[in-house]
Amino acid sequence: MAHTHVGSLHAPDAELALRNARDLYTRRQEGVSIWVVPSAAIVASSPDEKDAFFDPAADKVYRHPTFYDVPEGAGHL
Amino acid sequence: MTDFEYVLGLGDDALVAAQRLAQWAARAPEMEEDIALANIALDQLGTARLLLTYAGELEGADRTEDDLAYLRDDRDFHNCLLVELPEQDFAVTMAKLLFLSAYQKPLYDRLADSGDERLSAIAAKARKESAYHLDHASLWTVRLGDGTDESHRRMQDAVDRLWPYTHELFEGEHADLRAQWLATVEAVLADATLTRPADGGWTPGGGRQGLHTEHLSYLLAEMQVVHRAHPGARW
Repeated sequence: MAHTHVGSLHAPDAELALRNARDLYTRRQEGVSIWVVPSAAIVASSPDEKDAFFDPAADKVYRHPTFYDVPEGAGHL
Repeated sequence: MTDFEYVLGLGDDALVAAQRLAQWAARAPEMEEDIALANIALDQLGTARLLLTYAGELEGADRTEDDLAYLRDDRDFHNCLLVELPEQDFAVTMAKLLFLSAYQKPLYDRLADSGDERLSAIAAKARKESAYHLDHASLWTVRLGDGTDESHRRMQDAVDRLWPYTHELFEGEHADLRAQWLATVEAVLADATLTRPADGGWTPGGGRQGLHTEHLSYLLAEMQVVHRAHPGARW
């Protein structure tokens, strides 16, 4: 399934960040995939722009993908 | 039939290494490293518990892991000298961990394929952890060795100081593991721009026979004090 944001940590570089994340957040479980991203690389939408970003979608129901039947057997959508 | 003292020695390596690493708790150079060292200490302690429990069964004298950990004196410990040496600084800790994990990993690989079912199950679990310890120590050895002038000096100093103690790891039936150990360690040292110390000269040993450095009895005094003061208590 999808990667979920689980938290932040400090590390000198990406390699150590991966290892730190493995200890801090996954307890080294097998089969877990970790992504690390420097915070500077993330651009977030501003709460001030909330209306402009989200309102236009909210009042047009046809924008929501709820009118389609998901075929059986199509997992992980 | 697996030898009691052999399994005891492996368990003691892990137990004493865990005790030394645990001394870093809340003292590591950064919070993330604090957690990593505690993690590695917990792994070593977990392996120590399995090995000491098994050693107690092999001995057949009804001694539990706690009896073996808390009620033996230094002369009855069979760990290698390397693990009992004091931490001194972070470079020493990483050099110790590099040397130890580069030894434990192939050793556990071998034991995982041994005819002794119990030992092979313990080793199969431990070798995955050793691979992680080796990865961690390698990374830091390169980071410090190829870091600043000061970190390079300290890392080289740690490697030089500990190198004589690594010969003991390959006594007896482990002699042929040294080639693999050297291949691993030499590659990391080269990557870290460090000089591999020459062999020969002083080769301290005796740990497997219960002849330790003066550091072990201090370590045991601290580790065993509560159990000694309240023998037979349940925790």
